Amino acid sequence: MSDEATTTGKSYLTPFNVIAGIIIIIGLFVTVMRFTKGLGAVTNLSDYNPWGIWIGFDLLVGVALAAGGFVTSAAVYIFGMKKYHSAVRPAILTGFLGYAMVVVALNYDVGRPWRLPYPFIMQQGTTSLLFEVAACVALYLTVLFIEFSPAALEWLGLKKARNIIIKLTLLLTIFGVVLSTLHQSSLGALFLIAPSKLHPLWYSPYIAVFFFVSAIIAGLSMVIFESTLSHHYFANKMDAAHLKEKDDIALGFGKAASFVLAGYFIIKVIGISEGNHWHLLGTSYGLWFLVELLGFVALPCFFYAIGVREKNLRIIKWTAAWTVFGIFLNRLNVGLIAFNWHLPSSERYFPHWMEIAVSVFLVTVILIVFRFIVTRMPILYAHPDYPEEH
Amino acid sequence: MSISRRKFLGWLGAAGFGSALGNTARAASNKHFDGYPNSNGVLFDNTRCIGCRKCEEGCNRVNELPEPERPFSDLSLLDAKRRTTAKAYTVVNRYDDIVSEKGPLYTKFQCNHCLEPACASACFVRAFTKTETGAVVYDASVCVGCRYCMIACPFEIPTYEYDKAFTPRVMKCTMCYPRVVKGLLPGCVEACPTEALTFGKRQDLLKIGRERIAKFPERYEDYIYGENEMGGTSWLYLSGEPFKDVGMREDLGVTPAPKLTAGALSVVPMVVGLWPVLLTGIYAINKRKGKIEKQEKEQAVVAALEKAQNEAEAKLSEAMEKAEKEKAAAIETAVSKALEEAAKASEEDAGDTAVEDADKKSSEEDS
Repeated sequence: MSDEATTTGKSYLTPFNVIAGIIIIIGLFVTVMRFTKGLGAVTNLSDYNPWGIWIGFDLLVGVALAAGGFVTSAAVYIFGMKKYHSAVRPAILTGFLGYAMVVVALNYDVGRPWRLPYPFIMQQGTTSLLFEVAACVALYLTVLFIEFSPAALEWLGLKKARNIIIKLTLLLTIFGVVLSTLHQSSLGALFLIAPSKLHPLWYSPYIAVFFFVSAIIAGLSMVIFESTLSHHYFANKMDAAHLKEKDDIALGFGKAASFVLAGYFIIKVIGISEGNHWHLLGTSYGLWFLVELLGFVALPCFFYAIGVREKNLRIIKWTAAWTVFGIFLNRLNVGLIAFNWHLPSSERYFPHWMEIAVSVFLVTVILIVFRFIVTRMPILYAHPDYPEEH
Repeated sequence: MSISRRKFLGWLGAAGFGSALGNTARAASNKHFDGYPNSNGVLFDNTRCIGCRKCEEGCNRVNELPEPERPFSDLSLLDAKRRTTAKAYTVVNRYDDIVSEKGPLYTKFQCNHCLEPACASACFVRAFTKTETGAVVYDASVCVGCRYCMIACPFEIPTYEYDKAFTPRVMKCTMCYPRVVKGLLPGCVEACPTEALTFGKRQDLLKIGRERIAKFPERYEDYIYGENEMGGTSWLYLSGEPFKDVGMREDLGVTPAPKLTAGALSVVPMVVGLWPVLLTGIYAINKRKGKIEKQEKEQAVVAALEKAQNEAEAKLSEAMEKAEKEKAAAIETAVSKALEEAAKASEEDAGDTAVEDADKKSSEEDS
């Protein structure tokens, strides 16, 4: 798999390929273990800790960081910010691959993955927020696939099909925003049912709103972060429009992220206030909460603002990476670290190395597929047969 | 059907009436679901429990669970705190930190069979059913294995067969549903030698509990655990010491689990209904803005052209006027010059006729 992604044709033994190859071999080994020996053989999951990093990282973090697709397409196609048009395709691709990874990861996590369609075809548990998440993720993965397909169709030279899908752009974008609103928030709302297990500083009746708003932050920051990396590794694939708009995108998205972070900070404080949990800030969990709130919400909000004001792209790019890490931290806090906080440390969860191996394996596969696609399909440049018409 | 109410509410929620109808009914009646009338329960009285683990043994036998590593007669297991596992639907723990003469006390853990179960509310394939007998039963034939029930359960009861690769199930106490419908007692109740467990109608058990507390107020905490916890459970508890000292959480509250998520679920149809309108509106506004901008640009161009043209015309007419004036002036001077010459000539002629002629000429020019 890693080999076919290499386009140089010279040597396959680049450092990336060697490391990716090793990760993939380990990943495949653990995959075989998982599906022949069961969850118990490869995970540290327990009766107290039914969800580990395959949910905490792969699902919660994965979905949040894949929000760039809906944020960017909404900005360009609905809010009319056409100057960010060149950010749409990379964001859609990142989103599509992110969601695809989430669905693959769920196949590892659930006990009987071949039954994943059961909630739709057998019995509908509509009182469950997980039903909403499942329905929206399944539908949104489909939407992202269709939104991504024009790039593939242009590459394959299927003009007619491509033009039909382009006509659906607005409809798909609206559908994508609706679905994203629902499942991004529902991922937070999953925890509403467990007030006795999630630490009160993270548990909030507003948790669904927190998840949705922070997903927008994640989406905006991921676009900047991903564009920085793409520019670093695939600059030769970028056309003039992409190179020209790249800095505008960083400035515009950075500005938006700063504003949304400010709003997020305010509603998080309202969250503490609503539950009157101020006294908990002095506890060790409280300090950890403050690290998240001040270090990964207030601070990036401030640095984004500075970066935009001084037009300093370096600050914006580093802040984007910092914010992405903050979202990662938040989702792990809700899903794993502040969850089951009442249990004695002997009963707490820490991932098995094989769980980490699977997550790393899946991320590596995404990177390889991303590289395969951007080096072949018109993602970072407009296809010459389809000049900028938007 | 046993889940008709849940189903009904679920449909309402799905149809978008959840918030409107559900809450109105609640507010009007100021009531929550009290459970099926005549549903069963079990009353556990820890002042009668001697920690013999016979209930564990009975449970193991009637549910055909795997043989434990150490026999049930081995009471040294009580030295450690245990929880339900995929191989043990019920466990008894000993609490000997209690300083009074009542200690040590024991608590028996098993599924509490909530009146409005969190597991059933959380399950996205409806694998859990609250039956009219009071038992919450699980259907492994539809279970996907997401384990959200385990996240949702406030009592940390459901367990999972992590060691099975192909047929892992959620494992938990069924209140011996198959036995109860046959008229038999649950395995644990039948096995208890001290009547620490009483099986019966939940309503009756509440009465029994209150009577015992009233009769022996110094023996019991004045509280029946499970009467209201998480909206109430079929399993009820009496204790000689505060419940938090015998391993039971006192901070669970009385809100039934489904109510915790009702708000979030009720938002779904609103988003589905309003988001497309809002987004299309924003799109339309932006499109119109673009259109107006374009129009204004075109108008500005037209206006600029017009202005330029007008200015040019004005300049032209001004120039024309000037030219006209110059022409008129030139004519006048020419005329006056002619007149002068004529006057000079007429001086030589007779005076009066000459003046008349000149007047006539100038009036012709004026017209």
